[in-house]
Amino acid sequence: MNLKEVKEGIKVGIPIALGYFAVSVAFGVSSVQSGVPFWGATLISLTNLTSAGQKAGVDVMAAGGSIFLIVLTTLIINMRYFLMGVSMSQKVEEKMPMWKRLLIAFGITDEIYAMSMSRSTHLTGSYMAGLIIPPIFGWTGGTLVGSVATGFMPSILAEAMGIALYGMFIAVIVPPSRRNGNVLLGVISAVILSVAFTYAPVLQIFSEWSVIIITVLVSAFMATFFPVKEGADNE
Amino acid sequence: MSNGYVFLSIAAMAVTTYLIRMLPMAIFRKKIENRWIKSFLYYVPYVVLSAMTFPAIFTSTGSVLGAASGCAVAIMLAYFDKGLLTVAIGAAAMAFIVQFAGM
Repeated sequence: MNLKEVKEGIKVGIPIALGYFAVSVAFGVSSVQSGVPFWGATLISLTNLTSAGQKAGVDVMAAGGSIFLIVLTTLIINMRYFLMGVSMSQKVEEKMPMWKRLLIAFGITDEIYAMSMSRSTHLTGSYMAGLIIPPIFGWTGGTLVGSVATGFMPSILAEAMGIALYGMFIAVIVPPSRRNGNVLLGVISAVILSVAFTYAPVLQIFSEWSVIIITVLVSAFMATFFPVKEGADNE
Repeated sequence: MSNGYVFLSIAAMAVTTYLIRMLPMAIFRKKIENRWIKSFLYYVPYVVLSAMTFPAIFTSTGSVLGAASGCAVAIMLAYFDKGLLTVAIGAAAMAFIVQFAGM
């Protein structure tokens, strides 16, 4: 353990942890409202450390979907971490032992990945420990607080918080859609299909599967007809 | 929701998510060069989040009007590049105000 490296990691990890805390309170509230017990919501956050994948998993659970569907949904939604893992594996110290690699892998999230990549030097185990551990506490702690507090807070407040996670998703979708017409096209296609799956009588049969079907269809269509420019750094 | 189902679901999610993160760190350390795969994975997050958010966001609170107002606020804040947290809290605050006003 190199204390100086740990401290540097923590400096970056704390702001991420605070943001995670606030968002995961909303995740905890919405999970309990979907029928997941508080310990379940907290355990999901502790073991998954991801927002969209967890929310999608809880949606499937609320619909009583099969374990197979839960695995498939999680797989599709979190597949981007695979790409991040590939570039992360090239940024860690070359001689890093396997057990450290295995531990760091657990902490790959959009935000932690972005901060790791913006570091000018290679990533050490100590730095990554400082960067990853605070967000784990923030994310899990917020979920615990939110899921336990749901029962005590006025229902109007709990209900209003149901929208917070979606607000965060909008914050991820909108800025790139504004700058990149292809992303906007993908977003609009996904929204139209999703509305169709929700309301069209024939498609409603597949509503549990809608997120997977839409994701695969639209992303494959976009990748085929509007591939991203070669050499552009998209992550 | 039975405890067994909750537990199994969580285990399935956790194992799947960890494998996705772990395999490239431990085994496949080669850069992915295939343009189609890279493009596919580039679009996935935006498509997933769009499909999850719409139309579900409109029924995410106690009133459709509150949710729609929160959604509008979120899109506006995001359009002006406000951070994730600001957008999330802005949307919830707006939904709360509209609901509190009894609309």
